[in-house]
Amino acid sequence: MSKTNEVIIAGFGGQGILFAGKVLAYGGLMCDKEVSWLPSYGPEMRGGTANCHIIISDAPIGSPIITEPNVLIAMNKPSLDKFENAVVSGGTIIVDSSLIDRKVERDDVNVFYIPATQMALDMDASKMANMIILGKLIKEADVLTYDELKKGLEKCVPPSKADLIDFNMKVIDAGYNY
Amino acid sequence: MAKVFERPHALSDVSLHYCPGCTHGIIHRLVAEAIDELGIEGKTIGVAPVGCSVFAYNYFECDMQQAAHGRAPAVATGIKRANTDNVVFTYQGDGDLAAIGTAETVHAATRGENITVIFVNNAIYGMTGGQMAPTSLVGQVTQTTPYGRKTETQGYPIRVCEMLSTLDGTAYAERVSVDDIKNIKKAKAAIKKAFEYQIDKKGFSIVEVLSTCPTNWGLSPKEAIQWLRDNMMEVYPLGVYKDKGADK
Amino acid sequence: MSDKVLMKGNEALAEAAIQAGCRLFFGYPITPQTELAAYMAKKMPKVDGLFLQAESEVAAINMVYGAAGAGARVMTSSSSPGVSLKQEGISYIAGADLPCVIINIVRGGPGLGGIQPAQSDYFQATKGGGHGDYHLIVLAPSSVQEMVELTSLAFDLGDIYRMPVMIMGDGALGQMMEPISFDDVKKYEVPEKTWATTGTKMKRKRNIINSLYITPDELEELVWEREKKYDVIRANEARAEEYMTEDADYIIAAYGTTARIAKNAIKTLREQGIKAGLIRPITLWPFPSDVFNKAADTAKAFLSVEMSTGQMVEDVKLAVNGKKDVFFFGRTGGMVPTPAEIVEKIKEIDGGVK
Repeated sequence: MSKTNEVIIAGFGGQGILFAGKVLAYGGLMCDKEVSWLPSYGPEMRGGTANCHIIISDAPIGSPIITEPNVLIAMNKPSLDKFENAVVSGGTIIVDSSLIDRKVERDDVNVFYIPATQMALDMDASKMANMIILGKLIKEADVLTYDELKKGLEKCVPPSKADLIDFNMKVIDAGYNY
Repeated sequence: MAKVFERPHALSDVSLHYCPGCTHGIIHRLVAEAIDELGIEGKTIGVAPVGCSVFAYNYFECDMQQAAHGRAPAVATGIKRANTDNVVFTYQGDGDLAAIGTAETVHAATRGENITVIFVNNAIYGMTGGQMAPTSLVGQVTQTTPYGRKTETQGYPIRVCEMLSTLDGTAYAERVSVDDIKNIKKAKAAIKKAFEYQIDKKGFSIVEVLSTCPTNWGLSPKEAIQWLRDNMMEVYPLGVYKDKGADK
Repeated sequence: MSDKVLMKGNEALAEAAIQAGCRLFFGYPITPQTELAAYMAKKMPKVDGLFLQAESEVAAINMVYGAAGAGARVMTSSSSPGVSLKQEGISYIAGADLPCVIINIVRGGPGLGGIQPAQSDYFQATKGGGHGDYHLIVLAPSSVQEMVELTSLAFDLGDIYRMPVMIMGDGALGQMMEPISFDDVKKYEVPEKTWATTGTKMKRKRNIINSLYITPDELEELVWEREKKYDVIRANEARAEEYMTEDADYIIAAYGTTARIAKNAIKTLREQGIKAGLIRPITLWPFPSDVFNKAADTAKAFLSVEMSTGQMVEDVKLAVNGKKDVFFFGRTGGMVPTPAEIVEKIKEIDGGVK
């Protein structure tokens, strides 16, 4: 039975949505899965909502556009409003509770709340809520293993910034252990 | 017996299609002579325009490309950038260069595109039967200005050399005429210099040649020459408008 | 361990062009092909190549004409409104029998339209676009890897047949990342460009690049000569992917991004017991008519799914030639069909056909 994860990460431009997606996609690639990564693009990238569709699958990928994600990472309220009802029944929603003051209304999905933005600030890593939330994701959903995510991160960070990998992993750990 | 006059090698041995009294023939010859004297025929590529000189690709012995209306400087850019050691020139009329192709002309100049433009200004669209050109004079009667060019509706003539001389990429801009022997000699020197500037990689060079169109002006060849002197030279003064070589 | 890398479609296409020997790129900024030009601007100087931002799409395509005439492997890229502007030059390039590669990362139209993915330039690409009797070879990738492979193919086919080749993508394909490899990209043998204006070196007769033939009988002869070349291409170069067509009652016709969406729909339909399949044209011109015509012997009906109000559907109808009904479903203006919409449409046809 082939396994496919269809993940939407959504939030504001500037939250590292696309990069988080890239880490996931590379994680999939590094363990020889089929992957696709599709960003939203256009004017809405600036200041508006940004989102990214990542598919990681054992089988060749059809549409790169996700209409029914099994995982949603919502990093702001408009994103939760927009995608909450698209998530398949039994799917997973991870909510950055620092920025979203409401609860998920559905009861047929697995919901995890994590104050990712606040945790990142506390770690003096204000722009790394995306990594906190990736840590939480791999703990709660069967998307990638911890090692696979690490491999993905290593592949995404350019050699000139390789010294940042350890710190990124520390931030991911914080999310993983929350 | 010594040969004192012959066809330049770079000029094809065919009859030109131009009207009697038209000065295109003289200008073609000057370009061919310059190519011969510089010994560059084997590495020169010419670009023919749309207009009376559309068949220029049949008249020069070097490699030739025919361009869409007004696009000769863009086509020349492509040719030059593909083989930067080659010598590339365009041969364009006033409608081609200063109306439909204004953007291509201005931007080739401002890029300092290392090409040579031979600009034949006869203040009219010849091939299509004598319509107003961007360089038609105020009051000039043409097929599309039957009551004379009026500035209220048709604006003013464009002075190309003056305009291009303001651009840093223009290395050389000179306006010449072929109305008499003295001026023909000056025109020849200017065309040759423009090619030399290109060979020396100095940047964009343009020679504007005041020319006649007896057919569409409705004048005899002799009258046309006089009309050029009496009317065009006042609006389009001859002279060097930009010379980066002389600036040094 | 994988040696593949993730690359955006637009960037992969640009890199594939460089690897295919393209060293001259002329462009003008427009969304959503931006990454392609940006990649060229960054990479070309490093391979002794040229990226030149022209003053307009019109100028850019005419620079392509000049460089192609001078024998270079040359490319330009744009998106729908910009490609409209290029049509003059494309007609001249076709008329002068010059090879080059033109990229259209299609967006919604007409007019300024939008910037989201569309397939509404199918007519423009396959039925002319510019003036005169001519064709482009039009390639339609549906994955980032295929963008790489078809880019290389585009340059080779252009050189082999001495004609312009267009690659039609869309914003989704251009922006998405997928694993790609530049190894094993097939290369074809191409003829020497003895016709190019590289300078006579005083060793040969001049070469003339031209599309003007003032005597009609001469022009007619030349246009028919070119048509014979097109017939060879029609016979030899039509390409399509068939997906689950063998036992299919319903065949979806779709290309590019839409074909991928159709595959999702087909999976769902088959889970529900409806035998659907896909014919995905890889060459939009020449259109893979034979594949459709053959499938019409066994399938019950066809559905063309497009991001347009119905353009390719006309070619599907011509190919099926009345053997079976051909239906259409489309979204346009930058809207993308969903698998659910396609499933519903097929079910509707299924209800009516029985």
